[in-house]
Amino acid sequence: MAEILTRADVERIAALARLELTAEEIALFAEQLSAILGYADQVQQVDTSGVPAASPTTPDATVFRDDLPLPCLPRDLALSQAPAADRGAGLFKVPRVLGS
Amino acid sequence: MSLPRTAREIRARVSARDVSAVEVCRDALDRITRLDARLHAFLHLDEKGALARAADLDRDRPADAPLLGVPVALKDNICKAGMRTTAASRLLEHYVPPYSAGVVERLERAGAVIVGKTNCDEFAMGSSTEHSAFGPTRNPWATDRIPGGSSGGSAVAVAAGMVPLALGSDTGGSIRQPAALCGILGLKPTYGRVSRYGLIAFGSSLDQIGPFARSTADLAALIGTIAGPDARDSTSAADPVPDYGAQLTGDIHGLRVGVPRELLQQGVEPAVMAAFEGALAELAGAGAIVTDVALPHASLAIPVYYLVANAEASSNLARFDGVRYGDRAEASTVHDVYYRTRAHFGAEVKRRIMIGTFVLSAGYYDAYYLKAQKVRALIRQDYDEAFRRVDVVAVPTSPTVAFKLGERTADPLQMYLADVFTAATNLVGLPAISVPCGVSDERLPIGLQLTGRPFDEGTLLRAADVMDRRRPIPSPDVETI
Repeated sequence: MAEILTRADVERIAALARLELTAEEIALFAEQLSAILGYADQVQQVDTSGVPAASPTTPDATVFRDDLPLPCLPRDLALSQAPAADRGAGLFKVPRVLGS
Repeated sequence: MSLPRTAREIRARVSARDVSAVEVCRDALDRITRLDARLHAFLHLDEKGALARAADLDRDRPADAPLLGVPVALKDNICKAGMRTTAASRLLEHYVPPYSAGVVERLERAGAVIVGKTNCDEFAMGSSTEHSAFGPTRNPWATDRIPGGSSGGSAVAVAAGMVPLALGSDTGGSIRQPAALCGILGLKPTYGRVSRYGLIAFGSSLDQIGPFARSTADLAALIGTIAGPDARDSTSAADPVPDYGAQLTGDIHGLRVGVPRELLQQGVEPAVMAAFEGALAELAGAGAIVTDVALPHASLAIPVYYLVANAEASSNLARFDGVRYGDRAEASTVHDVYYRTRAHFGAEVKRRIMIGTFVLSAGYYDAYYLKAQKVRALIRQDYDEAFRRVDVVAVPTSPTVAFKLGERTADPLQMYLADVFTAATNLVGLPAISVPCGVSDERLPIGLQLTGRPFDEGTLLRAADVMDRRRPIPSPDVETI
């Protein structure tokens, strides 16, 4: 089967998905993902002209509720599972975002 | 007198103060402790919390509690406040949810005792429970075999008699396939029947929470408890919840059962096919009318499923970035935190995120994702057409009996084919049940799957109940494992 995804493709997709992959994973995934996508190519054979793409499990009507403020998860509880947080300030903490 | 082991008996005898909820809970915990070293159905057992809860129930005796004192296990992707919930992933190894799922609140209102969390494939992605970051679960019928997946731990907990009831989640067959392979009942409800609030999301247009049990009466009690609307899940349906127990009349006279013969042409093991034909004969013997039905696009369910489900998974799993919850891999920039944290996903989860990211990416969206959604609509049209002629559609739940551990882990595509008869019903949002219909020569269970109209779980339960009465299957001999 022709390789649908090259190693370079795998690296590009991994970057989009924010996944750090090892060299071994990149090689293995190029092969495995090509096989899976090759198998999935069967869908290309189907004539779908005029078929709507709506998800058939979506409810018929959009559900609305009144726009009323309701209690939500308290901030200290929301922060309780964070790897790093400033509880006093009520903030999640992360390392440097910009610059080198 | 021995302690009751079905939900129905437990509720009756605890209500009558014939046994205490604490005695029942201790019995379940003892059995779990004794068997789980070998089976590894549980990732977390809350002995102290469960016994305290049982003692509270013995003291308070809540009225109108249909699961009074019944021990229940939860798949480890369903949140219970204060109880570690990992989704069988390293990324959530130390996660303790600050809130409970809607189904957990309903279980607690019904008087159930939640004993712990069960093993599964990481983030419910798999068909064998071998993709758990914490080691596989083993099938109680043959411990060198897989229990199915992804809800393998819940299926084993029920099949081995550790608990009478458990919850799983089903995105492409993750309740029905392990139910079949472990010889018990499993139900995937209609999309929207059960709230997903507090379920760790995988494929949001496909996921449903559903019950496992060893009897149809118990299964009916559990689905009746968890079904119903929840304002916190915008996809949950307002349709009234019927009295499912009242559906178990034993009468399926005139029920029209459709069999998509062309779908069964390849890949079904002879033992499975024989048990399936036997099941159809049982249904016919009980007065059902068995006819052929056509589902011309259902053979495309697996390719469509793996495009749609993985696209949704890549989006849902973006939240695991080491910032708000879960474990973080330390790094000097937030960019590197994301990459290094997400490197701890298991191989199967990475594969699925990669496929999903690819099929949603610029230049490929139309050819893969959009095309898959259109074929999905055609599969739904097939079912709509079929249900004009029949009341349920019957297929084997799984094309094979339980396979051996390690047999398919090297070949992801082979693993995906385990869902060949189950994935279509998730794509179209319909309810489907797996009911035991026999065992192979090597004493491995085989399941019959019945798919019904939207919100017609009642008919599925009624037909499954007839199978259960006419063809009860033995339990695994867990005392020898």
